[in-house]
Amino acid sequence: MSHEGRVVRVVIDAQRCQGHGRCFTLAPGLFGYDELGNGQVLGDGVLSDDNLALAQLAQANCPEHAIDIEET
Amino acid sequence: MTDIKEPVVDFATDWDHTDPQWVADPYPIWDDLRQRCPVAHTERFGGGWFPSTHAGVSAVAKDTENFTSRTVVINNGRPGEEALPAPIGVAPPITSDPPFHQIARRVILPAFAPGPINALEPQMRALCNRLLDNLAGHEVVNGGSEYAQFIPTAVIRQMLGFPEEDEELFREFVHIVIGGVNLPEEERIEQFMPIEEYLVRQIEEHQANPRDDLTTYLLNVEVEGEKLALEHVFGTIILVLIAGIDTTWSAIGASLWHLAQNPEDLARLVSEPDLMPIALEEFLRFYAPVTMARLVKHDMDYLGCPMKEYDWLMLGFPAANRDPAAFKDADRFIIDRMENRHLAFGLGIHRCVGSNLARLELRVALEEFIARYPRFELADPTAVTWAPGMIRGPRNLPLRILAVA
Repeated sequence: MSHEGRVVRVVIDAQRCQGHGRCFTLAPGLFGYDELGNGQVLGDGVLSDDNLALAQLAQANCPEHAIDIEET
Repeated sequence: MTDIKEPVVDFATDWDHTDPQWVADPYPIWDDLRQRCPVAHTERFGGGWFPSTHAGVSAVAKDTENFTSRTVVINNGRPGEEALPAPIGVAPPITSDPPFHQIARRVILPAFAPGPINALEPQMRALCNRLLDNLAGHEVVNGGSEYAQFIPTAVIRQMLGFPEEDEELFREFVHIVIGGVNLPEEERIEQFMPIEEYLVRQIEEHQANPRDDLTTYLLNVEVEGEKLALEHVFGTIILVLIAGIDTTWSAIGASLWHLAQNPEDLARLVSEPDLMPIALEEFLRFYAPVTMARLVKHDMDYLGCPMKEYDWLMLGFPAANRDPAAFKDADRFIIDRMENRHLAFGLGIHRCVGSNLARLELRVALEEFIARYPRFELADPTAVTWAPGMIRGPRNLPLRILAVA
């Protein structure tokens, strides 16, 4: 998502992620998983207006607070 | 079996999770403790502590410096060093501490990752439908003993690759393993003997005839070029038995119990199947079945309490899930709750390894049940009984079927 040149991106902090699987269950279009079942952002994580809400849903459901939505 | 205990008068100073009042309805007790304690103490079980808040539970769950996982189920004996083999623990990785924990955990995580677990969905659906077919024509079905119980038992037996004809025997062993945690040590060991023999036989049979199942995987997997010690394989199989069965059975049962009493939630799930992923998490938050335990590693002042080495620390994930400081309208079941960082599968490095499996079983079990029975109610609310101890779920759950699809 780009507002006045800003890019909004979703990231997972691998140090905090414990593989609860909430992100890829609730937002499978945005998140996948590695061979241990830890969450992974699919692609570059850049969010469109459409999938910002899904990223926020995943963030609001991560027990480890491992999902961040950053604006750069 | 169990000693008759003094009933609890004040849970703040004398908590007991096996007290009938707690077993029947622990939520008002936790609400009360949260307001006036919030860390309860008991002299029972050799001494222990129970934080009732989300903050307290989170702090302990993430703290492997001050707490050990070498035993995670509270029993009547205050355990000493001998009962707590390190570093493997009796059921790795749940009973392992860092740094061995990470090794044991990495061994089994791939087997429980979404890929292999999701592949089990068709056979899970077939299983649920077989169970429902067997109940056809019944006006009252037991959601616990005739449905929920069978699902994880069959799934786990299949995953381990144990013979189908052992299903009945397997269920019996599971009852002993799960029920036995409250027994005195000698009785537990005696009851456990035939199970140990059975598991050893299964392991030997898998060594002779390797195949595509979890037991063979555990026998073959290598860590730094070496296979696992046999006691490690054995311990992980025990873990899968203990952690994989009455937990999921409880979650399925509690969800059915809720739907039987809340026809508007049931109607929404029937008419809005897309709501299921969100609803599942609310079932898991509201009726989280699993409480775990830690042992205090050394004398210390923690959460404002004078904790002693080897005191129990009961880790009440279900209580944390009802804390209004962490969840808006925490005491209300909101089927479309969008913000839900529940701790039903724990928190930190010991997050339930089987969470993907449990979630899939819960989803399939509920979907198939409500597809067959879009309307049902409790046949006799007073007949519902709840499992005592650290895994909470309805065991006797007579449901009156009001509509068959």
